[in-house]
Amino acid sequence: MNATMVQAINQALALEMKRDERVVLLGEDVGKDGGVFRVTDGLVDAFGPERVIDTPLAESAAVGVAIGMTVLGLRPVVEIQFMGFIYPAFNQIVSHVARLRNRTRGRFPVPIVIRTPYGAGVRALEHHSESTEALFCHIPGLTVAVPATPYDAKGLLAAAVRSDDPVILLEPTRLYRSGHQEIPEEAYEVPLGKAGVVREGTDLTIIAWGAMVPVAEKAADLAADKGWTAEVIDLRTLCPMDRGTIVGSVKKTGRALIVHEAPKTCGLGAEIAAHIGEAALLSLKAPVLRVTGWDITPPLSKSEDRYYPNPERVLRTVRKLMEF
Amino acid sequence: MIEKFDPLKGEMGRVLDDAGGIREGLDPGLGDADLKRIYGLMTTTRAADNKAFKLQRQGRMGTYAPSRGHEACQIGSAFAMGKGDWVFPYFRDLGMYIALGYPLALYYHFWMGHEAGMRTPEGLNIFPLAIPVASQIPHAVGAGMAANIRKLSLAVVTTFGDGATSEGDFHEALNYAGVFKTPNVFICYDNQYAISVPRSRQTASATIAQKAVAYGFPGLLIDGNDVLAVYAAVREAVGRARAGGGPTLIEAFTYRLADHTTSDDAAKYRDGGDVAAWEKKDPIVRFQAHLKARGLWDEAFENGVQASAAATVEKAVADAEALPPASLEDLFAFTYASMPPGLREQLDEAGAAGTEASR
Repeated sequence: MNATMVQAINQALALEMKRDERVVLLGEDVGKDGGVFRVTDGLVDAFGPERVIDTPLAESAAVGVAIGMTVLGLRPVVEIQFMGFIYPAFNQIVSHVARLRNRTRGRFPVPIVIRTPYGAGVRALEHHSESTEALFCHIPGLTVAVPATPYDAKGLLAAAVRSDDPVILLEPTRLYRSGHQEIPEEAYEVPLGKAGVVREGTDLTIIAWGAMVPVAEKAADLAADKGWTAEVIDLRTLCPMDRGTIVGSVKKTGRALIVHEAPKTCGLGAEIAAHIGEAALLSLKAPVLRVTGWDITPPLSKSEDRYYPNPERVLRTVRKLMEF
Repeated sequence: MIEKFDPLKGEMGRVLDDAGGIREGLDPGLGDADLKRIYGLMTTTRAADNKAFKLQRQGRMGTYAPSRGHEACQIGSAFAMGKGDWVFPYFRDLGMYIALGYPLALYYHFWMGHEAGMRTPEGLNIFPLAIPVASQIPHAVGAGMAANIRKLSLAVVTTFGDGATSEGDFHEALNYAGVFKTPNVFICYDNQYAISVPRSRQTASATIAQKAVAYGFPGLLIDGNDVLAVYAAVREAVGRARAGGGPTLIEAFTYRLADHTTSDDAAKYRDGGDVAAWEKKDPIVRFQAHLKARGLWDEAFENGVQASAAATVEKAVADAEALPPASLEDLFAFTYASMPPGLREQLDEAGAAGTEASR
């Protein structure tokens, strides 16, 4: 069947709820409204208001009650309407979601999923465009995943719901409806913790996730015109990271470039670059470079195009790597 | 009690009078054996608390938050709970743990610096105590929501101090509880101080109990040094919860007789006269007066209770100190359900670190 990312996530939720009656959804406007992006459209009709729960407008409590629900055997999926509004829940995520398994030596794991749309590129209002994945990747115990295609969105969400660990699924709003893809009707999993090689190449490795994957692919097209073949890795799970796939590719190509929307300083690119340095230094023909959002507050819609990486910026850095 | 005492009128529910008698029409009807058992639990809690303080001073325990003065709140609450009920406690709830049957050695183990001490034994419905203030209240509401969804008849209790009522999580959680009509019992051990800041600087509300009115469910102010008042109030609230009547907020008015923690010195910010006045209202002394009035207390009984408490505590200390420390593997193994390769590499590195000097 043909689906956008929004439709793919909707199907994954419906299939998991059908498969496992312990799965419940909660969040603001997830019921009748179907979520502000319509990701949960129709689910309250299919599963009833006891399993698709419109909550009061309070993010800390939304995540907090999800933790309590797991104690009585439920597996909640919490929708935070935009990543820009997840911060009231940060205490719950950092102080409890991430560490309860450890602080009870496995007695109280937290099998919840926190889904939230994120990232720039849809001309949204202030606070609706940030990409702060690194904040969550820094917290031991969390799994952070980001799909770049409808296929991966459906499969990663299924894997997240079935995981006994808490998973934060960041959904790039820019890709929600930007394309269709043929995906299986039935449920399937895309494994957490495994990156995907979306294009093979021999001259350099471009590592990206979310809305930066298509940017990296376009840059790879432009690079091909210059005679450079780029391998493009879609990280898919940011934490715990699939270091093996990254290092394997860089050992082959000898050059690495990381593309992310988030600001450069302390962004995930720094972690990836450090790891490549630790694990593949002698394979490198050039320094590891990053193309990222700038270290500024993401501009409002009129200027947002000047903020996040585009294929031309990536190509310019590819040239730097190739001509080093 | 909920019908009898209106927090908006400043009414405080009390069962015991100052002479140790029972105020008319308020006897919760506990038998002699239960009354003696409650006294024993309060005494054991006090002994275990005193011991924890000493262990900290001797360097055998880390920073500890003492419970002295909260025994009526803790034991009265726990004694009113039923087998299927759950509790989400905060960090000052020793008596709750003891009364619900949590091994004291395990509780000590946590405060001695071992995560394994918070691994609730199977069959006990105790969520691990929360340290970030008020953050456990939404968890309790979530369990209440799950009980409703799964059509389970049980009550979910959560405890916290007066400082917690200033946190957003308190408000958010009670608001959810009202909206979803959850089977929760919120028990505030209103001990007048959040470290050094007095109750008057936490809220301008005349009572904490009255805040419930705004969330759409009943609140009840009770004497938190009167174990029978706490028991009666919580028993009524858990009964209401299990029967689908929704949540209740109980403010148990008490006083923190000890410092906030073993790292605190309350003499810096509070008047010794206040402490002395509250020492006279010690919940154990008051309950002892009641047992005397009933003819249930004599010196032999007291000696027996004290000896049993001391034995329990000594055994718990010995058992706690005999528990094995965490292995290096333990420190890493519970971060995820299965250890990611990158973490496995760090564990190997941590294991190898000690061998460097001998190379």
